[in-house]
Amino acid sequence: MKPRPKLAAAALAVVAALATPAVSACTAGTENAPAKPQSGSTPDRTPVTITMWHGFVADNELKAFDDALAGFHRQYPWITVTTTKAVQDDQIIQASRGGNPPDVALSFTTDSVATFCKTGIFQDLEPYMAASKVQESLFPKVIAEYTQYKGRRCVMPMLADTYGLYYNKKLMKGAQPPKTLSELAALTKKLTVRDSKGDIKVAGFVPSSQMYENAPIHTGTMVGAKWTNPDGTSAIGGDPAWKKLMTWQKDLVDWFGYDKLEKFRKSFGDEWSADNPFMKGQVAMAIDGEWRNAMIASDASGLDYGTAPVPVADDRPDLYGGGFIAGTVIGIPRGAKHAQAAWDLVRYLTTDTDALVTLSNALRNVPSTLPALQSPKLDKDPNFQTFLDIFASPASSTLPAHINSAFNQQTLQEAQIKWESGRGDDLDALLADVDKKIDDKLKLTAGG
Amino acid sequence: MATTTLGRRGNAAPVPARSPRRRRGLVALLFLSPWLVGFGLFFAYPLLATVYFSFQRYDLFSLEPVGLLNYRYFLRDEAAWTAIRNTLWLVAVMVPLRVAFGLGVAQLITRLKAGAGFFRTVFYLPSLVPLVAGTLGFVYLLNPASGPVAAALSALGLPSPDWFGDPAWAKPGLTLLALWSVGDLMVIFLAALLDVPKQLYEAAALDGAGAWQQFAHVTLPVIRPVLMFAAVTGVIQTLQYFTQAMVAARVASGGTDSAGTVFVPGYPDQSTLTFPEWLFHQGFRDFAMGYACVLALILFAVSMVFTLILLRQFRGIEEEA
Repeated sequence: MKPRPKLAAAALAVVAALATPAVSACTAGTENAPAKPQSGSTPDRTPVTITMWHGFVADNELKAFDDALAGFHRQYPWITVTTTKAVQDDQIIQASRGGNPPDVALSFTTDSVATFCKTGIFQDLEPYMAASKVQESLFPKVIAEYTQYKGRRCVMPMLADTYGLYYNKKLMKGAQPPKTLSELAALTKKLTVRDSKGDIKVAGFVPSSQMYENAPIHTGTMVGAKWTNPDGTSAIGGDPAWKKLMTWQKDLVDWFGYDKLEKFRKSFGDEWSADNPFMKGQVAMAIDGEWRNAMIASDASGLDYGTAPVPVADDRPDLYGGGFIAGTVIGIPRGAKHAQAAWDLVRYLTTDTDALVTLSNALRNVPSTLPALQSPKLDKDPNFQTFLDIFASPASSTLPAHINSAFNQQTLQEAQIKWESGRGDDLDALLADVDKKIDDKLKLTAGG
Repeated sequence: MATTTLGRRGNAAPVPARSPRRRRGLVALLFLSPWLVGFGLFFAYPLLATVYFSFQRYDLFSLEPVGLLNYRYFLRDEAAWTAIRNTLWLVAVMVPLRVAFGLGVAQLITRLKAGAGFFRTVFYLPSLVPLVAGTLGFVYLLNPASGPVAAALSALGLPSPDWFGDPAWAKPGLTLLALWSVGDLMVIFLAALLDVPKQLYEAAALDGAGAWQQFAHVTLPVIRPVLMFAAVTGVIQTLQYFTQAMVAARVASGGTDSAGTVFVPGYPDQSTLTFPEWLFHQGFRDFAMGYACVLALILFAVSMVFTLILLRQFRGIEEEA
């Protein structure tokens, strides 16, 4: 059959014509320039309804958050907030890209902050803070590291998470919580119980990086380990602290036997249920966040336990008292339709002492401003106080916002699993490989 | 053919008329237009856009031309090459095993004198189970600490491997899962086997052919087109293998979704990392969308090559038939 150029051309023209709107729809997002922030609050009190997306799911969380929003509505009766629950970061990103974001969005992870700030998914909040005279000094210094990226603050902290050591007083048999890694190892060996076949029945402590909250992001603070250099490249291979931590972990894993420890770990129930191994008495000591206090109160109220800062490297006693800090962040997406009213809500939820204390008392998260930490209305008990102290400690640290935050953590964790399982036996080579992968990825995504 | 009409001054001037051929072309175009629209919107445009984005640093919001950076990164991205090896392993092992197992089960069911309907249902049902639920169930069954398979092996005095926690056993574990849900293939093979003319078997039996010879010289040649269909679709599906690998790794790693912890894809040691899974992570976790486009183009090219090879084989079989 002879080709028919005219027909083919017509067909192509039809396709091209139909494809054009699709092409134009795929440009790089909509750019709604943020309105210039007014001083303080909304300039007029015209009734307005704003939308907010958050990730809360559990009934107690939703109730606590609704209570906080009710407090906001009392202060700002002309602003009504409608919320959407169980929202993840990728939904926020897609909505911003599609030009139909909520007025306010909340994220549970700080891993996306660099992306939020760099791409402008969330608006720069500095002008709003300046207009409202919100001072940086309201927050502990460490918070600045995970709420801004390269000098651009695009989110505010709403409650914080800190990590410490939980210990089961009955299983500890009178022993005091360890303060150094050597003490932790010795106590672990002393408290571990095995059956006649050598299988673990009770572990003093599970040193594996695969244990629920033992990810390197949380354990790195025990040795003061660094993740990145100021230029964003990897500092992991060049920092002897990581080698120290991983060697300590491997020694203890080997004492258990990797296979035995894995079999024991895989017998655990869900971390977020009443089957959590610490709450069931399967482990004597565990690293966990402050929220575990609320879960124990709810699901294992008979558990006699205590809390303490995480043990630290023997040669770094100065680190004791600190821990890993991160938290929930909240901001105003680009394209928000009621940015000024949205700022009123963000400011209320992140700086109002009563709002933060109400949320903290209900959710048992750490309030993220210094005045809220000092509030007499804040419910304090010795176990929760530990986490307030960790939050206020100058030895505490966070993972600074990085454009490849999740990739960097994944790469180090892969190396840790290889190392502790014995499937990688050259730690220097493993860490050098981590550096190479992180640096290569940085060139790919940020040109660094 | 042309008609004439009078010009303004009454001169006859030739005017091209719509020829039937041209009209037929337009009608054909009209009938083709739904396909053309679909082709343009869902194939041509995405393909061209993917090629364009593969030369950009694209984080879903901003574009920056970077030349061949994404392609150069692919060459030294060890995880991508591991994912390619894993995916090819699954194609080479899982697809033939699924075809063989599905055919074997179908063959056995055709031989049953009673209860064929029951066994057909039993073997077909797993293929109706949602992928995530099926994978969760399998990881639970094979859990070395609390799974019933480990308990049964232990009762027999046999060791139980850490199926989804040991890099050497993770892909075989996924293959077992694929064999468990072979019902979709089994039903197709069953229909093909029941279609083989009985007289061919009778003639072969008269010639003294045994069961194996009947299978090799009667059954297989007749159902070859169906086998080829199963192979082609199996290869294409396996090149896109994603959900089961992702769910098994996530559950077996014990990874939580809490803030501050990240999922390690391909757990353990990237042994279950498949190419589409790595592509997904690049695009939608790391927002390296330009690089994800490079991976997508490679997946497209490999799928095309596999499909063309298999279709050529298929055409050869049809011509023989």
